[in-house]
Amino acid sequence: MKPVIQLKDIQKTYHTGEVDVHAVRGVSLEIMPGEFVALMGASGSGKSTLMNTLGCLDRPTGGTYLLDGTDVSRLDRDQLADLRNQKIGFIFQGFNLLARTSAIDNVVLPMLYLQHRLSMREQQERALRSLDLVGLGKRADHHPNQLSGGQQQRVAIARALVNQPALLLADEPTGNLDSQTSIEIMGVFQKLNDQGITIVMVTHELDIARYTKRNVILRDGKILSDTPVPNRLDAGLELSRLKQAQEAIKLA
Amino acid sequence: MRIFATLRLAVRALRRNKLRSLLTMLGIIIGVGSVIAAVSITTGATKQVEDRVASLGQNIVMVYSGNFNTGGTRGGWGSAPTLTVEDAEAIRREVPSVAATSPEVRDQYQVLGNGLNCNTTIYGEDVDFLHIRSWNIEEGVMFTDADVRSLAKVAVIGRTVADQLFPNQNPVGETIRVRDIPFKVVGLLEQKGFSVFGRDQDDLVLVPYTSHMRRVARRTYINNVLVEAATPESINQVQADITSLLKARHRSIEPDFTVRTQLEVAQMATATAKIMSVLLAAIASVSLIVGGIGIMNIMLVSVTERTREIGIRMAVGARARDILVQFLIEAVTLSALGGLIGIGLGMGASKIVAYSTGWPTLTPFSWVGIASLSSAVVGVISGFYPAWKASKLDPIDALRYE
Ligand SMILES: Nc1ncnc2c1ncn2[C@@H]1O[C@H](COP(=O)(O)OP(=O)(O)O)[C@@H](O)[C@H]1O
Ligand SMILES: [Mg+2]
Repeated sequence: MKPVIQLKDIQKTYHTGEVDVHAVRGVSLEIMPGEFVALMGASGSGKSTLMNTLGCLDRPTGGTYLLDGTDVSRLDRDQLADLRNQKIGFIFQGFNLLARTSAIDNVVLPMLYLQHRLSMREQQERALRSLDLVGLGKRADHHPNQLSGGQQQRVAIARALVNQPALLLADEPTGNLDSQTSIEIMGVFQKLNDQGITIVMVTHELDIARYTKRNVILRDGKILSDTPVPNRLDAGLELSRLKQAQEAIKLA
Repeated sequence: MRIFATLRLAVRALRRNKLRSLLTMLGIIIGVGSVIAAVSITTGATKQVEDRVASLGQNIVMVYSGNFNTGGTRGGWGSAPTLTVEDAEAIRREVPSVAATSPEVRDQYQVLGNGLNCNTTIYGEDVDFLHIRSWNIEEGVMFTDADVRSLAKVAVIGRTVADQLFPNQNPVGETIRVRDIPFKVVGLLEQKGFSVFGRDQDDLVLVPYTSHMRRVARRTYINNVLVEAATPESINQVQADITSLLKARHRSIEPDFTVRTQLEVAQMATATAKIMSVLLAAIASVSLIVGGIGIMNIMLVSVTERTREIGIRMAVGARARDILVQFLIEAVTLSALGGLIGIGLGMGASKIVAYSTGWPTLTPFSWVGIASLSSAVVGVISGFYPAWKASKLDPIDALRYE
């Protein structure tokens, strides 16, 4: 099996003002299809910078990045846009949905930029299927301001999934959510991962990282440790446990 | 991204800021609207002049005193003391193919009657005047050849004068006074309305030119000679013959008179209209430029406001070209819509003018095309820089924009 992601000595230096900031300094990493990786580390350790590189939103200043076997470092803007469109689904901490645009239209968005065009009906059908997958099929016409944070993040996940990417990238997807909603979102990720989708997510919360299969810890732009997760948590189980605990509090 | 989907997107974006979109379009609306209105009015007027010329049979020749091409125009057409009644008689007598002539003497006077007064133009004319101009009498009769020969104190008046001196009463048989000379009203002219030059054609008193020259104005020169050629075909020959006849009679090297056919007079009128429309087009292009700057300004604001949206679109795979086209189409939609509204309003305004003044207006299809096209072009030009700026944004920076 070929790795989805192959990083060789990736560097990223920001040239701002007087000093150069070495955000990522030599990261080498391989991620195989079907993996579920948590990228961890302190604030400023270079997690987001690395994620943006993985998501082809930004270019590294050194090293090579093979995505699905293709060297991304040498692609031009349009080719990067096409990669983001077809191979990558990106999920942000702040959801980044289009305001005043219905959930389904937000999910349709990536399909508008497909090089092989889909009919309007097909776009709607695929968007609905994607929303169903994250449990929001009944809220297709709701606008982001009518949805809770967790629901908005589900719309964002549906949008990331709609073009059937090889890779789902999420930068602190639970960062703006309460703990129960966070577990629900992790449940969605686990379900998707069980269906074979490769997921890389950034988190600085240890308990969230325990829902993934592999933890990579960064410090000062370098990999500090890379370990499989023992005793992986199951979001479904954790949720029912949480609910029982809440019931107990109510009864008491 | 498909053009139709982009168009829908643009319309949705513009509807989100309805008032702002409308205000942005205002420059284009006003520019296009005023041009369409003005062009409709001048085209209508031009067409009316042409129609009138056609209905006159195109065989009228006017002889004016003074030379239009030299200093003669300074005092106004027909004001130089160079033409005489004898010139008019010579034209009638010696130029072949002349059907009728009328010496014209025109002066502005106060006219009294029925205890009221008004200011109007006294037309000293010959009997043939009515027939040459195809005017008709509504009440009473025209004065006769005998009246002309005997310097009779008789007058035929226009509707405006009649309404001012004899409101709600038949003026025929009444007496009016010009410079204290009593004239008996023998006829009332049929109402003509306003001319294409905006002149009230009913504001006049018609008297025998002899009476006017000897009794009222006491002068020996006439202003013009109105000549009718026998056939439309002979008109150019008549014009040439009159010119050589008068040159010989006046023994002048530079002609001190001007001979114009009705067609030429009409062309002078339409030439004015044409200059007007060129002027209007110039004003219009200025307002289109101003409108374009307005659109560019708002599009720049819009790009800044929607930086995050641009970032999101780029993150999910929009190419630079997709963003460029999106904002370009938005600008073009804005200006083209403004253009369409302007065309509608302009046509509406010209209809109102037509209704309230009675002038016919006509909106040429070519101008509708020109207006739509130029507003779309303004959209492309003014939208290009903001759209280009949007498309050059870095996805990361755009996503981070607060
Ligand atoms: N656009 C940028 N310009 C300059 N420095 C940056 C930029 N983005 C991030 N950095 C710096 O790079 C380092 C890593 O940032 P980041 O990847 O956002 O860390 P994390 O997501 O782990 O908190 C930090 O020191 C940060 O200040
Ligand atoms: Mg970060």
